[in-house]
Amino acid sequence: MSAALPVPPGQHPRAAARFVADDARAHRHDAAGWHLRSNRDRGAGSVPEWEALREAASAIKAHALSRLADYLEEFEKNARANGIQVHWAADGPEHNRIVHGILASRGVARVVKSKSMLTEECGLNPYLESRGIEVTDTDLGERIVQLYGEPPSHIVVPAIHRTKEEIGELFRRRLGTPAGLSDPTALTEAARHHLRQKFLGAQAGITGVNFAIAETGGVVVVTNEGNADMGTSLPPIHIACMGVEKVIPRARDLGVLLRLLARSATGQPSSVYATHFHGPLAGGEMHVVVVDDGRSAILARDAFRRSLACIRCGACLNTCPVYRRSGGYSYGAVIPGPIGSVLGALRRPQSHADLPFASSLCGSCSDVCPVKIDLHRELLGFRRELVGRGLVPVGKRLSMKLMSFVMQRPRLYALAGQTARFLLRAAPWALRLGPGAAWARQRALPPGPRVSFREMWEREAAGGEKGGAA
Amino acid sequence: MAPSVGLFIPCYVDQLQPEVGLAALRVLRQVGARVEFPREQTCCGQPMANSGCADEARPLADRLVRLFDHFDQVVAPSGSCVSMVRHHYRELLGDRPDLARVAGRIYELCEWLVDVAGVTRVDGEFRRKVGLHQSCHALRELRTARSSETVGAPFDKVRQLLAPLRGIQLVDLARRDECCGFGGTFAVAEEAVSCLMGRDRLADHEKAGAEVITGVDASCLLHLGGLARREGRRVEVMHVARILEGARLS
Repeated sequence: MSAALPVPPGQHPRAAARFVADDARAHRHDAAGWHLRSNRDRGAGSVPEWEALREAASAIKAHALSRLADYLEEFEKNARANGIQVHWAADGPEHNRIVHGILASRGVARVVKSKSMLTEECGLNPYLESRGIEVTDTDLGERIVQLYGEPPSHIVVPAIHRTKEEIGELFRRRLGTPAGLSDPTALTEAARHHLRQKFLGAQAGITGVNFAIAETGGVVVVTNEGNADMGTSLPPIHIACMGVEKVIPRARDLGVLLRLLARSATGQPSSVYATHFHGPLAGGEMHVVVVDDGRSAILARDAFRRSLACIRCGACLNTCPVYRRSGGYSYGAVIPGPIGSVLGALRRPQSHADLPFASSLCGSCSDVCPVKIDLHRELLGFRRELVGRGLVPVGKRLSMKLMSFVMQRPRLYALAGQTARFLLRAAPWALRLGPGAAWARQRALPPGPRVSFREMWEREAAGGEKGGAA
Repeated sequence: MAPSVGLFIPCYVDQLQPEVGLAALRVLRQVGARVEFPREQTCCGQPMANSGCADEARPLADRLVRLFDHFDQVVAPSGSCVSMVRHHYRELLGDRPDLARVAGRIYELCEWLVDVAGVTRVDGEFRRKVGLHQSCHALRELRTARSSETVGAPFDKVRQLLAPLRGIQLVDLARRDECCGFGGTFAVAEEAVSCLMGRDRLADHEKAGAEVITGVDASCLLHLGGLARREGRRVEVMHVARILEGARLS
């Protein structure tokens, strides 16, 4: 089933306005994200050394990225020694060809997959499906969006935009559950029975990778549902797909990163499963496909390199007041929210020029990030880059040029201010035309004061309360 | 002699909320500062910088640094503009000794009162229920308070100044530091989300019983106040300098 993005790229303000127009839905989505954020706060707050952990995680990731090629080669060498076959893919299409090649040459027609944003990025599902291979996503949320024919709208909670009633109706249609069923436990039970058959019939399992350990040549996959474990222990073939940035130097680094990951994602002290894979099942095969797909180009850029440290916890989505009120699809990118805006704009600046502006720059993402990516500053930095590359609307650039011209001339500025204040008093309608419209549609214009502060100061200097206490 | 303080009044305060500038001036003088207002000042360049227009922001950054370089300290009733100078001018101007001096000496008003003037006593009265809006750049860039995302000993410089006022009741919000949605040009470019964020903040303050919403940034308050007035809400919006101007600080 293909899962094209429901909103094309480049339309965040419009798509967000449509999302906001359904007030109840927008507030439900906001509450769902805030619930995760609140749980995360409790989880983080239970660790007194939280800030030191973030610092350590940031340092581990920065170090790994600074010697990425060395660690990747070390990982490859040790993984091969463990009997794992390692493949390298320059981009998404090559990744898909490699995965399909492995499956096709072994006559695989049915695979189960656990959550992997990388395979979403590469478009693996439609690629395999169009070649006659059935792919079943086994994470519950992933399975829900797959049954809808939608992509995930959140990187940890893929179906966060759906209500349990909607899911009940979906399951009635697709899985044959009774009408009106909306009890989460009953729905989960129905999905469990459905997925059990898929696990039993699968000939290969595909997983993502949370961490690849250079020192040991193994990979770690984190889930709450055990679906990655089912999908890799029943079928004999396991294909793990990872971006190059997933490698960490040592097994002991997990002691820092895993403590942060689950707490940041959902507030849990630990995920239910953190499975270490260090080789194939007896008589089976294990493959790791390592994908670049633009990552080394990001690595080369000082201002944005840190975005590669992301461990995909989703905390920046949950905390983002814009994401919570505009929904994942409004971003028109595989990964939404603050981290997705950075990565999306880096990948395709032409089509994602709206994303760095889909932020109030409140900085909550930077403060919540477990690996201390300075997300809001990267978004700001990318705005500058977009202007430099001529990817910002001419009107916006011109208005800033005009404003700068006026602000460099104090007398002109004072005159412009006086005029604006006069209009606010005498003809506020004039200010509701043009660029003022978007301000004034939902907000009252401020009253126009008769004197500015500088006029007050000058009057005072001419003999008022100068020098005295107020 | 008391230190010389250059008063930096952001352009929108100068033009649209001069009473906030006046209140800041009175507070500074009450604490004994020798205040000067360089009349050539206009705008710090933040709207241009935050739009990515570095070339348009740079001359304004350069002007501001030169205008304020000779003061012992620079104070503004705005966290956002202060953060612009302290944290973001370097990206525009590079390493300049005059910038390093100004960036190291510029303060948001409440920050200056607590950290520089060492105010520990606030003698005054404000008999209202007050909701404190944490403006994001003051909170997460200037660190005027512990942000709700970070873990550690709590502190809040603005609350510290307001709490001793007789009769004041500072209300507890469900989301104590969520963004109001102003965000500069974001308020216009992403109008729908911006206004919903603002309405959600207003609702949180109202639910907590606030009669007055206060904060350190007049820009956030302009947005919140504009929404409140348009919708006929009763909650009043008032810059923190206006609450403090009647008090004796020492």
